[in-house]
Amino acid sequence: MEEFAALLDALVYTTSRNRKLALIADYLRTAPDPCRGWAMAALTESLDFAAVKSSTIKALMMERVDPLLWQLSRDFVGDTAETASLLWPEPETQAPQPPLTLSEVVERLSALTRASAPKELPALLDRLDVKGRFALIKLATGGMRIGVSARLAKTGFALAFGVAVEEVEEYWHALQPPYPELFAWAAGGPAPDLAGKARFRPFMLAHPLEDGEVDLKDYAAEWKWDGIRVQLVRAGEETRVYSRSGDDISATFPELLDKLPFDAVLDGELLVRGCAQGGEAGGAASFNALQQRLGRKTVSAKMLREYPAFVRLYDVLLAEGRDWRESPWELRRATLESLMARLPASHFDLSQIVEAEDFAHLAAIRETARDEAIEGLMLKHRMSPYVAGRKAALWYKWKRDPLLIDCVLMYAQRGSGKRSSFYSDYTFGCWSGEPEAGGELLPVGKAYSGFTDAELKQLDRHVRQHTVARFGPVREVERRLVFEVAFDSVHTSKRHKSGLAMRFPRIHRIRWDKPAHEADRIENLRALIRD
Amino acid sequence: MTAPFSWIRPEPWGIHIAPADVWVDPARAVPRALVTHGHADHARGGHGETIATPATLAIMKLRYATSAGAQPAAYGEEVALGGGVTATLLPAGHVLGSAQILLEHAGERVIITGDYKRAPDPTCTPFAVTPCDIFITEATFGLPVFTHPPIGEEIGKLLAARAANPDSAVLVGAYALGKAQRVIAELRAAGHSDTIWLHGAMEKMCRLYEEHGVALGDLKLVSDAGKADLAGAIVIAPPAALNDRWSRRLPNPITAMASGWMRVRGRARQRGVELPLVISDHADWNELTQTIAEVNPAETWITHGREEALLRWCELSQRRARALALVGYEDEDD
Ligand SMILES: [Zn+2]
Ligand SMILES: [Zn+2]
Repeated sequence: MEEFAALLDALVYTTSRNRKLALIADYLRTAPDPCRGWAMAALTESLDFAAVKSSTIKALMMERVDPLLWQLSRDFVGDTAETASLLWPEPETQAPQPPLTLSEVVERLSALTRASAPKELPALLDRLDVKGRFALIKLATGGMRIGVSARLAKTGFALAFGVAVEEVEEYWHALQPPYPELFAWAAGGPAPDLAGKARFRPFMLAHPLEDGEVDLKDYAAEWKWDGIRVQLVRAGEETRVYSRSGDDISATFPELLDKLPFDAVLDGELLVRGCAQGGEAGGAASFNALQQRLGRKTVSAKMLREYPAFVRLYDVLLAEGRDWRESPWELRRATLESLMARLPASHFDLSQIVEAEDFAHLAAIRETARDEAIEGLMLKHRMSPYVAGRKAALWYKWKRDPLLIDCVLMYAQRGSGKRSSFYSDYTFGCWSGEPEAGGELLPVGKAYSGFTDAELKQLDRHVRQHTVARFGPVREVERRLVFEVAFDSVHTSKRHKSGLAMRFPRIHRIRWDKPAHEADRIENLRALIRD
Repeated sequence: MTAPFSWIRPEPWGIHIAPADVWVDPARAVPRALVTHGHADHARGGHGETIATPATLAIMKLRYATSAGAQPAAYGEEVALGGGVTATLLPAGHVLGSAQILLEHAGERVIITGDYKRAPDPTCTPFAVTPCDIFITEATFGLPVFTHPPIGEEIGKLLAARAANPDSAVLVGAYALGKAQRVIAELRAAGHSDTIWLHGAMEKMCRLYEEHGVALGDLKLVSDAGKADLAGAIVIAPPAALNDRWSRRLPNPITAMASGWMRVRGRARQRGVELPLVISDHADWNELTQTIAEVNPAETWITHGREEALLRWCELSQRRARALALVGYEDEDD
């Protein structure tokens, strides 16, 4: 437990991704089984101890600390687990006991009931120091919030044992904590036996097509739809929906779970019915509508009715009792087309191939994409196998040209990690009316990318030299610098005073030359809404 | 016969001793001031006359470039202020020269602690527990979550981080008066004899400490260093410089900060601190409550920090107490 507590503590304070990975890898290499398996489960938030809630911890503290002193402390610290770890009274000297291991803690937490927790938890807390208590309470109440994603933890695992993170992903979702088969495999043992499980397979991803062309004899073009990429898996009785990161999101889209009539692994875009994005079986709504459905653990009947989900299929990984991943795209595509007749049109359609005479023609077609709220084009090599991750020259994404607008820099904030000494996050605005006639700047977005390191230094200097006010890490600057901001789309938003929110804004060019009053007006931005 | 203790009055700008017309740590310039120690929120400039320890006066001279009106008083020396009031400066253990002020008038004894701590510190004289009727205590870390670990543990963490990262500079944010010199002295005590590199803002204060007999070993300025000198080095800078452009010259810096606030994760993360060192020159919760119990005054007045929780503790332990609302004190970066 001490090592795990030290790992959590170190992760809290580490901002660099590489240092985080090194910390996780070091821990996994040295910690014993099954503790390290439980640690992986904790870092990926795969553990749930229903008997312990934040209120359980508070109730324990109320028996030990004056309520007002607890309240004042909790308000200052801002986190119940941390406050409790600091205020837990050190026990009177007790008979020495062997140090708690993480697996022992997990075992005892799993056995807790609502009734037994108030008696059992203190016995555990008494055997730990401040860091240990923090780790235990975080573990017990769930929600680590220490800046480590499941993907980062798995990447740390891959780094620790010199295996590919895609392979870790492939096995991960079919295994249960503390993952003994995974550690055995990573140590050179046999691959886990995963027959009969509706498990996730890592996605094939695309490289951006920077400049240059591809030959359409070798590559097929497909729209890149603006939904979320999903994998639909059925194995026997079990059907699951996985997100791009391999998270099981089946509970969020229950209407899909009984629609796949045969065992298969299919790759597609999850969309909500609407009329913004065309397709063969009725259109799809914009990403905004889909957002209503995301991140929910349970879904109301009303949600299901108002935002019905379906999958627009791109590819087939497994079907007809066969693994198609080694086969060329052309063959997979033909297989997928042949499967369509057996899939209900209410919940599936096929992502159509975009036919073009040559690359120039394709470019012209792509230009029209904006009106259909499509992200751009995918270019897939006709002979490409389905391989995990991004492999050069197999698949490209060719995003449509971004929308552009001229905005004025209003506020700058320090970045994080490597950029913590630079003002690298910029909030910019457009004019509410003619600046000469009393129009004011209203914030429309925030960007922290799209400039070079040299430009960052220039911008940082500009911010420091033109600061008019400071609010903690934020500086308000004189309204004089114009950014040409690129973005993918713009939507109405109640969160912003301007009533607008951009998707993926980034600095396209810094217009040192352009006077601020010539920047765009809010109406110009509003005219680009395509909801 | 006047009411008991009517001669000492907490005003928004400081504590006023009416019969002598002297202010303690006033937040604005006054004709006569008693100053507990050299931190800026206690030692303002511009007073007509300033009574303080010689070390505090030297620190004020360094900051304000004048020693006009300086009235040195040694620890334990009784100073007649006039109006039947005497003042005696007693060690507070906070920073070099820091003092509690014992005031006596018509048989009534009041102590104003200024800032203080009870933990050992090689750079200043330890706190002297002295009986009194009214004890006016600071409460910077007046919450039970604040317990400062023994400094040896924290210095151990700093040295371990340095040893584990030979290609990095370990940049320690530390208050320029007191904290910086204490960290250096404790590093020396732990056997670290390599050059310690300083931000320019630290130099004069370190020299002043050495002139007052606190040995700090080999110190050099970062501005005189080549990049190769700084790999594997310990660098001390004021907290404000941690995320400043200044720190860009350091090789792969690991950002540490020596402060009592580092006890709370959110405070450390807010400042981008990767290596929090819980080192404070103020009394922690246990020292505050222990000191009140040892001094055992008839009444405790609480100021300068989180009064509410300490007030609650006094109530729970059946001690008379009140909170003073003095202005001008800041949460020192401590
Ligand atoms: Zn102070
Ligand atoms: Zn102070």
